[in-house]
Amino acid sequence: MSVMGLFFISIFSFAILWLARQGVFAAHWLEEGEVANHRRPAATEPPPAAKVGLAIFLAVAGCLFSLLAAAFYMRGDAPDWQMPPIPGILWFNTAILVASSVALQLALVAARRAEFERVKTALLIGAATAGLFIIGQIWAWRELLELRFFASSNAANAFFYLLTGAHALHLVGGLVALARTTDKVRGEGRVTRALTTSVELCAIYWHFLLFVWLLMFAMLIGWTDGFGLICRRLLS
Amino acid sequence: MTDASVPQNLAPPPAEVEDVELYHAHSWITKYVFCQDAKVIAIQYAGTAITVGILALVLSWVIRLQLAFPGAIPFIDANVYYQSVTMHGMIMVVYMLTAIFLGGFGNYLIPLMVGARDMVFPYVNMLSYWVYLIATLVLVSSYFVPGGPTGAGWTLYPPQSILTGTPGYDYGIILMLVSLILFIVGFTMGGLNYVVTVLQARTRGMTLMRLPLTVWGIFAAAVMALLAFPGLFVACVMLLLDRILGTSFFMPSLVELGERKDYVGGSPILFQHLFWFFGHPEVYIVALPAFGIVSDLISVHARKNIFGYRMMVWAIIAIGVLSMVVWGHHMYVSGMDPWFGFFFAVTTLAIAVPTALKVYNWVLTLWHADIHFTTPMLFALGFLVTFVNGGITGLYLGNVIVDVPLSATLFVVAHFHMVMGIAPVLVIFGAIYHWYPKITGRMMDERLGKIHFWITFLGAYAIFFPMHYLGVLGMPRRFYEMGDTAFVPASAATLNIVITIIALAVGFAQSIFFYNLFRSLKYGAPAGGNPWRAASLEWQTPETPPGHGNWGKHLPVVYRWPYAYSVPGAPEDFLPQDAPPLRGEHSP
Repeated sequence: MSVMGLFFISIFSFAILWLARQGVFAAHWLEEGEVANHRRPAATEPPPAAKVGLAIFLAVAGCLFSLLAAAFYMRGDAPDWQMPPIPGILWFNTAILVASSVALQLALVAARRAEFERVKTALLIGAATAGLFIIGQIWAWRELLELRFFASSNAANAFFYLLTGAHALHLVGGLVALARTTDKVRGEGRVTRALTTSVELCAIYWHFLLFVWLLMFAMLIGWTDGFGLICRRLLS
Repeated sequence: MTDASVPQNLAPPPAEVEDVELYHAHSWITKYVFCQDAKVIAIQYAGTAITVGILALVLSWVIRLQLAFPGAIPFIDANVYYQSVTMHGMIMVVYMLTAIFLGGFGNYLIPLMVGARDMVFPYVNMLSYWVYLIATLVLVSSYFVPGGPTGAGWTLYPPQSILTGTPGYDYGIILMLVSLILFIVGFTMGGLNYVVTVLQARTRGMTLMRLPLTVWGIFAAAVMALLAFPGLFVACVMLLLDRILGTSFFMPSLVELGERKDYVGGSPILFQHLFWFFGHPEVYIVALPAFGIVSDLISVHARKNIFGYRMMVWAIIAIGVLSMVVWGHHMYVSGMDPWFGFFFAVTTLAIAVPTALKVYNWVLTLWHADIHFTTPMLFALGFLVTFVNGGITGLYLGNVIVDVPLSATLFVVAHFHMVMGIAPVLVIFGAIYHWYPKITGRMMDERLGKIHFWITFLGAYAIFFPMHYLGVLGMPRRFYEMGDTAFVPASAATLNIVITIIALAVGFAQSIFFYNLFRSLKYGAPAGGNPWRAASLEWQTPETPPGHGNWGKHLPVVYRWPYAYSVPGAPEDFLPQDAPPLRGEHSP
């Protein structure tokens, strides 16, 4: 529940900051003279709808992963809880996912500078590394299954599969978007504004999934046990 | 851009949204079936929701018949009874109310009220409806599989929901969980659209504080739903894994029919937390759009600006935020730590403050107003009465010590049907009578509408008000039959019969509404563009019903809030949002 608390505090602070910037707090009919309604300076354009849409989707996905984490800690209190050994390949996968995120960031930088060839290469590297990450995750699953750590034998195993599975599915969805972006790059033949936006959205989504993965990985290898203890102490 | 004669505060800002290239339908199929126009999607959503709603209404008759005449109707055995209770609850709460308020009214009203041509992601919007339709079909299909639908109760509490003793163990429960997962996926697509459209596609001059309260209510509800539905999603996925793969997320070790199950150590309470983390906000996901719509109905039909607009907006936001931290009040009887109970009781009772503010503001809007008792207004007033009634019993149940004895009784049934059953349904009816002229170009029959209102309002009261007494007597809810029970007097059985007869009558009386709805399509009096002389933007469209793209060549420009009624010096008793400013006008 503390996980959800943290999540909501961050969401609400974002929302309040945003509402304040929109001038919801202003009592403009009480103000004289200056038009207080529209504080937005003419120079800054509103962000594209797709970007706002992605931001809200990330809030939803963040909520989903926070709830899974909350469930992980609440269920982890039970005496039967026995974490499976963490396959070594996950360290490799983590490095690959970091590389994937870096590649997409480079693609974004290149797109902003309108360097077409670089965008293409960086996108392909990003997609390839992300694909490799998913294969690596499947490898980790197989390793655990061969060691007979089944989902039905312990809830901790089940959480391992559930968390990594949910994360991988989100990445697969991202790959679909990335494939479409790459396709657009091929079709356009040059860097356009719409293309830069698409690349930017992919990069943001990748960074989000990397962030989720790092937290999730820390949770799975037990680095956050101290956090769980603090939660329990706070609650009891 | 600034015209010297225009008061500074009413000057429109430079263009905030660029006009969009619309998707144009090429064939009958893309125009009416796989349509990306929010107005068509709205009608598809509402039609589907009302259809399953009728199914749920029929199921409620099954429940009532069993309660009044236990065992008299041969086909209602215990399994059918529990299946009816489950499906009635789940359909009404999720597939009917949520879908019709957000998918139906949200889709129709948001683009028109904010002055947009369509939703910002029309394709995703279309997908949202089709996924919703599949979810509904999956749910209904559970009637046609061996064992029938699940009878676990709409809360689906494990361990009982996935054990063999519960009806629908084989397929029903799986279909229910899959259907909910699909619903949530579909809703998320729609919800993103509603939120981003309100944020991004408002026309020139349409600031957040000039949005009609309907839009505020739907917007806040969509945000809450986006944050709350993941709770149900996680719960459904984990329960499905427990059922199919034999994981032990929620299932403790247990012995069933002398057989030891493989489950070990799972936590049923964890499911309750996840479920109610969704389940309580769900109440307000249904209530907030209703609050918003009622504010607009009252203001239009009382020819007066809404009292305390800003307070209303803040109350909506406060209710939304508070409702995310009160879920524990559904779990007072789960053996929770008293300090938790205390925390949740405090947050629950705190919601009464913004809610009461809203009620006062509605009443103050009516004070000294030019009230027109049209059908929509009657429904809005009916909502006020039932909502206050249901809200007050909510204050009783919000206290741990009162809730514990009443929790398993009909008192709770009476409470939540008043507050989130009858009250929102009255708003839905009112809203349909109100916006029907815009949607079809014809008026619904007022006389039939009034007959419909009085039967529905008085009838619903007669059904649910006596249940409070039955609850206080200790009459349990969820029971298939009472048998010989000393503490329930014979008069309670008589009351149950009376309630059932009224419930049947009120249910059948809804055919008046449907007759009126379909007859008016063809024979209703032509409505014109703005029959209620309303100020908000959706009534100012160049065509009625609004055409593809809503606004003709140019998007409207907004100069004031949507509640400019009885403005001194105005030529009429209302000033449309997009009418040029008057000299010396000082509207918000």
